[in-house]
Amino acid sequence: MKLFISEGNPHCVKVLAAVKLTGVKCDISHVDHEERVVPYLSRPTLPVLLLPSGTHLFTPNAICQYFFEVSGQEANSLCNQWLEWEGTELQPALAQALHLSVLQGKAPEAARALQGPLSFLEQSLSKKGTQFLTAEEVKVADIILWAALYPFMSDSNFMPGDLPQVRRWFERVGLLEACQAASQTVINGKGAALKTFLQKQPVPHSQRRDPQPCNQAEGEDGERVMTEEEVQAATQTWNRGLTDCPSPAKREHPILPQEGKRNVLITSALPYVNNVPHLGNIIGCVLSADVFARYGRLRGWNMLFVCGTDEYGTATENKAREEGLSPREICDKYHAVHSAIYKWFQIDFDFFGRTTTSQQTEIAQDIFWRLHERGFLIEDMVEQLCCQSCQRFLADRFVEGVCPHCQYPEARGDQCDKCGRLINAVELKNPQCKVCGQTPIVRSSKHLFLDLPKLESQLEEWLEQSVTSGDWTANARQITRSWLRDGLKPRCITRDLKWGTPVPHPDFAGKVFYVWFDAPIGYLSITANYTDQWEKWWKNPKQVELYNFMAKDNVPFHSVVFPCSLLGAQDNYTLVNNLIATEYLNYEDTKFSKSRGVGVFGDMAKDTGIPADVWRFYLLYVRPENQDAAFSWADMALKNNSELLNNLGNFINRGGMFVSKFFDGRVPQMELQEEDRRLIAQVGWELRQYIQLLDKVRIRDALKCILNISRHGNQYIQVNEPWKKIKGGDKDRTRAGTVTGVSVNVACLLSAMMQPYMPTVSATIREQLLAPAHQCGRQSVVPKLEADQIESLRKKFGGQQTKAQPEANATPVSPPAPAAAVETHADPERAKQLAQEVAEQGDKVRNLKAQKVEKSVITAEVSKLLELKKQLALAEGKTPEPTPQKGKKK
Amino acid sequence: MALRELSSLEKSLGLKKPNKYSTQGERKVPVLQNSNGPSLTGLVTIAVHLVQDAKRPELLGVSAEQRAVVQQWLEFRVTKLDDCPREEVKNVLKDLNQYLEDKVYLAGNDFTLADTLMYYGIHHIMVDLAVQEKEKYVNLSRWFDHVQHYPGVRHHLPPVVVLRNRFYTSSHH
Repeated sequence: MKLFISEGNPHCVKVLAAVKLTGVKCDISHVDHEERVVPYLSRPTLPVLLLPSGTHLFTPNAICQYFFEVSGQEANSLCNQWLEWEGTELQPALAQALHLSVLQGKAPEAARALQGPLSFLEQSLSKKGTQFLTAEEVKVADIILWAALYPFMSDSNFMPGDLPQVRRWFERVGLLEACQAASQTVINGKGAALKTFLQKQPVPHSQRRDPQPCNQAEGEDGERVMTEEEVQAATQTWNRGLTDCPSPAKREHPILPQEGKRNVLITSALPYVNNVPHLGNIIGCVLSADVFARYGRLRGWNMLFVCGTDEYGTATENKAREEGLSPREICDKYHAVHSAIYKWFQIDFDFFGRTTTSQQTEIAQDIFWRLHERGFLIEDMVEQLCCQSCQRFLADRFVEGVCPHCQYPEARGDQCDKCGRLINAVELKNPQCKVCGQTPIVRSSKHLFLDLPKLESQLEEWLEQSVTSGDWTANARQITRSWLRDGLKPRCITRDLKWGTPVPHPDFAGKVFYVWFDAPIGYLSITANYTDQWEKWWKNPKQVELYNFMAKDNVPFHSVVFPCSLLGAQDNYTLVNNLIATEYLNYEDTKFSKSRGVGVFGDMAKDTGIPADVWRFYLLYVRPENQDAAFSWADMALKNNSELLNNLGNFINRGGMFVSKFFDGRVPQMELQEEDRRLIAQVGWELRQYIQLLDKVRIRDALKCILNISRHGNQYIQVNEPWKKIKGGDKDRTRAGTVTGVSVNVACLLSAMMQPYMPTVSATIREQLLAPAHQCGRQSVVPKLEADQIESLRKKFGGQQTKAQPEANATPVSPPAPAAAVETHADPERAKQLAQEVAEQGDKVRNLKAQKVEKSVITAEVSKLLELKKQLALAEGKTPEPTPQKGKKK
Repeated sequence: MALRELSSLEKSLGLKKPNKYSTQGERKVPVLQNSNGPSLTGLVTIAVHLVQDAKRPELLGVSAEQRAVVQQWLEFRVTKLDDCPREEVKNVLKDLNQYLEDKVYLAGNDFTLADTLMYYGIHHIMVDLAVQEKEKYVNLSRWFDHVQHYPGVRHHLPPVVVLRNRFYTSSHH
């Protein structure tokens, strides 16, 4: 028997105390929180008990019960009741309280969250009158509750109010040796382990639920019912038409802040030049920023969106050596690669620059001198390895030697690959320069450090104000807070390199700025390359609102280090107001890896033949907003075909097709009825959600609003059947006209809402809606992704992964449509006749289904219907496309 | 909801005299009013009590190990599945599907109380799954179909059609 536990996890206190108290023989294995012990669980879960039979027990209370049972103490109903209460009532409150107190430092709120369960416990104890929860002796329930409450009750600062019985009971249980030993081992008496554990946990449920109004409308069951007032208001808006709508502003460069406008400056983290960005990089910064920039422009804000390649540093020098080019040539080459990729993805920068410019040198040196004059830089000696034959100091990755800990002969300058320990390069035995193989010598050299501790109080004051007034994602706030809690230390800002911004101080000639100091200044210098009036953006905190987009690993540099540089320089710089950080995007359950060839990289996306808009849609649909997300080929095909094609594309095509087919390409007269007004109100409600969410940069959630609208629209068309009504009397024909008119109007609204997400599709729809009628609705705006196409792409980009995906493999390939023959087959007369037949056959199938006749009969009729639809599609000159499976989508 | 589960459970256990229940709090936790003894609170607690009352201890497992496994899935039902946030549902389905890959029932080859309660708790999710999704969670769907056809289990819930053949192939489109 083997028990797996991890440090800091209160559930592990439970099981460890239980095993010690019962004396059950069991090996104990300490593992990391991230370790996946149970093979069938997708999330790492601890504690786990591995039984000799190979069975895993992974819920803490069942493990404790098991220990008690095998030692001869069976649980009774009263015990069961406490265990269930602990799991269902106490734990949710505890999760929230721990999150509040340990991660957010809100002790009073935490105490409030626990008030209910604790007073219930107090009452029960005083009513029962026994020494312990269920009897005069300790049972499994006491151990479990004690361990669960340990993080709070053992904390002398915890003030939950007057709980005499609970306190006495807690002390009594805590006297047991088993409990003391267990809490010592797991929690260590200090908060650090507990905090690490909590950071790995998902944000507790009740906290996550409140600000997500969009979810409500997402499910079929949670459909929002419109009130009478909402319907009326929506109708009024509809009747008003487009008269009050401002026309979109023209973009005229250079864009500068304007008085009386909302002036928004957007940056996305500067991609490092010598790597081709992968999908994770793209969604993390440039794509997210692009959606928000496009949205802001639609809203009529005065936006400037800048980005560029980060080009200085060791890695560039290294790459240049590898490819036999100069660093400058490498930068030129890869800057062009980056530009092309972003252009293909339709990232609409106002300016995409680079950091290796004279403006960069000028601005970086200015900030440097200002920091220097104000006493925020300190000098210190740093010992480094220096290769005499190459005539340079060696960066960590350029040295190799014998590990001082395990004697592994090929340890790197920063870490040993064998024992995994971190190494200071000067500690390596027999170090060798990786370029020439010579033995480097240790040489001290003088360096400059930014005195972060001196700037700490200023920084905290600014942060307090920025975080509370702006939008900072939860991870950005959390990472920043943990940096501050650990205390700031001086950071070295200079390096012994050649490829960098030169340090202007004569005592430090030949040195350059360290990239972390230099790179964020790139935002300013890139803007300076865009316009010589750059200071109107960057030294104008009163007028300008700054949004930084990045992945979470970049947060500390944008929230702590760079603001310190700017605060210390004291030149009225614009500091970040809104810091938007994503979590990571994984590739099919593993990490993107260039060296292993795993994943899709920016330059390859184009070669897949899948349009950029589909990539954008899927990446934004899975955007890692609250937690890490995964890119999966099968899922991309599914989302494309079900959401984009069958839902959104289908709705837009239908409206357009009715207009062109039944109304000569002109939007018909509309006479609104109650049902139409309700749809309009529903659409309006989703639109308001969309705006609220995008104002808060909740990009993924806002996309769902778009899909909800087309879902409502599809239902509306389905229920009203304009294709049938058009064949009826005058009244029916008017009705068909109204439904068609409302549908294309909604489609038109959708085209605008989609513009930030899928600019090309949006433009295509707008073109079709305004184009001569005979074109309307004839083109599909979204391609279908076929299973075999996706499977071959998955194989191509999957590196060494071999795990097959059953869904993708087993689905037979659809017969190739005779693409060339399509045109000649088109036959309007035949199409009309077939359409009639399809409608009749469809009715027949529905009736049979309603009467619940035998399955085989229905199946036969369904296949007839499908055959007819295929013929109809051919007769209409289209490739057969999947019919929307209404009702199956639930 | 929980009350309907308990009354279905009573029927499937063949308990003659129905018990008296009430609910407690916002979450409507079931409470069993016991004539000879204190009342019991909580779905699992009451369900276990009913099984013992009906003298069907094998439904709680026949060995210490099996009893632990049954307890675990009962705990899973009320702590992980109930009130599961929307974005977590897929993970729960995925995990159950993986787990059931080589098992007939949750506790191996024997039908237990864990199957009954998990079935009641997951029914509302299975009802809403699209055909493709049911195919994706093929082991879970197989188990679900099995349990809903187990004699006496499906009382208050409508049957869910679980297709065992792939009948959508893209050539039908």
